[in-house]
Amino acid sequence: MLHGWVIVATSFAYLGLLFAIAYYADKRADAGQSVIASPYIYSLSLAVYATAWTFYGSVGRAANDGVGFLPIYLGPTLMIALWWIVLRKILRISKRNRITSLADFVASRYGKSALLGGVVTIIAVIGIIPYISLQLKAVSNSFTILVQYPEIVMPAKVAAQPVFADTALWVALILALFTIAFGTRHLDAAEHHQGMVAAIAFESLVKLLAFLAVGAFVTFGIYDGFGDVFARAAADPKLLPLLTPLEGVAGGYASWVWLTILSMLAIMFLPRQFQVAVIENLDERHLKKAIWLFPAYMLAINIFVLPIAFGGRLHFPAGDVDADTFVLTLPMVERKELLALLVFIGGLSAATGMVIVETIALSTMVCNDLVMPVLLRMKRLRLNERPDLTGLLLGIRRGAIILVLLLGYLYFRLAGEAYALVSIGLISFAAVAQFAPAILGGIFWKGGTRRGALAGLLAGFGVWLYTLLLPAFARSGWLPLSLLEHGPFGIELLKPLALFGLAGLDQITHAMLWSMIANVGLYVGVSLAGTQSAEERRQASVFVDVFRYEAGGARFWRGTASARDLYSLLARFIGGAGADAAFAEYARATGTRWPEQEPVVDAEFVHFVETQLAGAIGAASARIMVASVAKEEALTLDEVSELLDEASQVVVYSHKLEQKSRELEAATAELRAANERLKELDRLKDDFMSTVTHELRTPLTSIRAFSEILLADPKVDLAERKKFLGIITRETERLTRLINQVLDLAKIESGRAEWRITRVDLCTTVSDVVTQMSQVFKEKSVALNMRLPPHAVWVDVDEDRLLQVLLNLLSNALKFSPAGSGRVDVDVTAIDGAVRVDVRDNGPGIRPEDQAVIFDKFRQVGDTLTNKPAGTGLGLHISRQIVEHFGGRLWVESRPGEGACFSFTLPVAAAPAAAGETKEVSWPKTSARS
Amino acid sequence: MTEPEKRAPRLVALCMLGCLLFNYPILALFNVPGALLGVPILYVYIFTAWVVLIALMALAVERGGD
Repeated sequence: MLHGWVIVATSFAYLGLLFAIAYYADKRADAGQSVIASPYIYSLSLAVYATAWTFYGSVGRAANDGVGFLPIYLGPTLMIALWWIVLRKILRISKRNRITSLADFVASRYGKSALLGGVVTIIAVIGIIPYISLQLKAVSNSFTILVQYPEIVMPAKVAAQPVFADTALWVALILALFTIAFGTRHLDAAEHHQGMVAAIAFESLVKLLAFLAVGAFVTFGIYDGFGDVFARAAADPKLLPLLTPLEGVAGGYASWVWLTILSMLAIMFLPRQFQVAVIENLDERHLKKAIWLFPAYMLAINIFVLPIAFGGRLHFPAGDVDADTFVLTLPMVERKELLALLVFIGGLSAATGMVIVETIALSTMVCNDLVMPVLLRMKRLRLNERPDLTGLLLGIRRGAIILVLLLGYLYFRLAGEAYALVSIGLISFAAVAQFAPAILGGIFWKGGTRRGALAGLLAGFGVWLYTLLLPAFARSGWLPLSLLEHGPFGIELLKPLALFGLAGLDQITHAMLWSMIANVGLYVGVSLAGTQSAEERRQASVFVDVFRYEAGGARFWRGTASARDLYSLLARFIGGAGADAAFAEYARATGTRWPEQEPVVDAEFVHFVETQLAGAIGAASARIMVASVAKEEALTLDEVSELLDEASQVVVYSHKLEQKSRELEAATAELRAANERLKELDRLKDDFMSTVTHELRTPLTSIRAFSEILLADPKVDLAERKKFLGIITRETERLTRLINQVLDLAKIESGRAEWRITRVDLCTTVSDVVTQMSQVFKEKSVALNMRLPPHAVWVDVDEDRLLQVLLNLLSNALKFSPAGSGRVDVDVTAIDGAVRVDVRDNGPGIRPEDQAVIFDKFRQVGDTLTNKPAGTGLGLHISRQIVEHFGGRLWVESRPGEGACFSFTLPVAAAPAAAGETKEVSWPKTSARS
Repeated sequence: MTEPEKRAPRLVALCMLGCLLFNYPILALFNVPGALLGVPILYVYIFTAWVVLIALMALAVERGGD
């Protein structure tokens, strides 16, 4: 049985566990070992987006609309894709300026305007109160339902209770105490609440697991998988329309689009999202993982929404069970006590997570941007003379937390019953969406002014009040319903739900349309019409150009201040220990002496103190406080513009310098490459010279040796003499050949060779060469075969050179063919615009590693020491040069032991008008192809 | 552009792709009766497109180090 006390005890045990986690994380943070410095914890803490509204309300909406709940999660997924640009910029700005809340951000952007900060705070508090009441409603309803176990009774049917027996009041008070314990234990200059973030991340895990558990139970326990649930729903005529629900049921595509846009803005500008995403962020790089992990979380928590919704509708066909409670009532009706308890805890974690973060964020705003600026301006309070204000700050925040929660409770008592969960949440979404123009405009457009932001915010908020909050009050009976039906004073044109006669849209779409027109229109219009003050101009530039300027701000300040005054000022707000630490940090960072010892300090230090102070009491208040102790010379707008121009000049110069240095680097790299190439050529030339001289010396040595023998010994007999002279002649010939080839090569390579290009028939040339060589082949008993195409193949070549190539290839083939069994084939084949000549032998073949090098100069294959092949080692190199000059290609294919095949191709020319006619073609002196 | 510099344009492109996928008229193409393995086609489409979009975002943001 689930007695009331079991549920209460479990809830307190859960809250106790949360507190233990937060306490542990805070202790670790104090010791400098943060447990939340991880992208995974950051992503989980962002999931505070999923509140009790998600936990219970998604199913409620899905049961009536089908997929209508999904834009609330698809919108954020789309927005998060832009976070790398938008949120990263907000993060950088907030860290540099020590922004403490959403209101502080807006106030700081528009010239540290206390008025604007106050307006944002009021809008946020009023806008969020329905949302907080929604959480209270969810917790108290789920408790009321669970207590009735095993009966299923809706809370509305439970007899109304007096205020002090009302669960929701106790929930509100307990959460207030809990939040105070979490969020205002001490004052942190950076507004980090590491314990709270750890607890929130844990809550995100709990609610996800609870929802997945009940989803899996419904889908696979009660039903037989996804297909089964949907098949049964399709069989029910009442549920069938929900399966393709985008026309009619969900308000059509317009509603879908506006919900998407609304939630895109909510994910950025809900105070609690701003708190966890920006203020509590420890490291910008955590954004990378969060960009896909957080959408993945939202996907996971939505997978089972539709099966539960349809399961609930099928289980309770009479419609007497509120669809918002299906998550809880389905396990109850199936008598799964533990699962129902787990669901209750999951819902509790979703609600508490939201309430804790939201109220901390709101209390910071109320304290820093609403109460403190007012108190500090009241001279008769003499706050300036109090030695320590940290107690006062904490007191204001605690009061704000209690106030916000009690307001939430009040709204719940008075208006909560009139709406389903989803509608209440959307009213809050529409309120915070009003911050979008001022913030997004503020970080990308320098022209936005304080007056423009103020006008836009007030107008947008006014429309929101009129078109969303007013109808909510009217429906709860606070205001006459005739206001909705006939408009104020009977003016039909001003009906809150069909402003200026715009009917046919659902309430949220209608309100968003008009409020955004008013908000954006006035923001842009008033900004363009008016001018900025010096302070606004400076802050606009600090925000918009945050990635361009390094830590800026100090350069805009001129004046003097004493270090002692600044120290005592800081100590009043963040305590003596905090001030000591801040001063020490500054001294360490700048390498200067402890500034307290210097009577008068510079602008840089004053700016540092102001930023520190802003972390505790907000930018606007910090500005007032610093101005009270420092003698500041006000800068005129012209001076600020000048300073900005200087700064942007510097940036332009540095960009130019960077570009120049990049160009220089590129030029240097090119020069280095050219130098390398030259060195390589030089080395090649040296190699060539030494090889040539070596090759020349070998025949010279033998010629000289034999000549000396003949000269020294006249009695050598005739046969010997003949033999010696034969050797001398052969070596001389070899020498001549070598010298000719070297000269030839030099000519070809330098482009000075003379090419007498004529159009010749390749077949004739080949058969001439083969006939010429056949005698030599016969002498070595090597077979020589030739296959020619049936018709003439015309090519533009220098015939002598071509002969040289063919002779070279044939004599090489002969050289390596075994005597007796050798066989050389010469094939000429015409292929598609080219002709190919293959010279194939059945010699020992060429190893693959040698194939690449045989075309190099003086490269001969074989062991050059013991078995020097005949030839100069230049033949193949020259042949390749010649073929390439004709526009062809020369290569070898071979496998060791299977002979080698040298092939070359030549481009085919058209047949000459009259066969045999030769045509001179002028060739450029240097090779045009290189 | 280096890999990290391409991150922002890639993510913007994915946002635009998402806006296209989850909007009229593409959405209307799948808003038809019928089921895939028992699950209505519209639901299958939305969740599949969502998974693919998240996967592409992960790919875009994690590539190319810091």
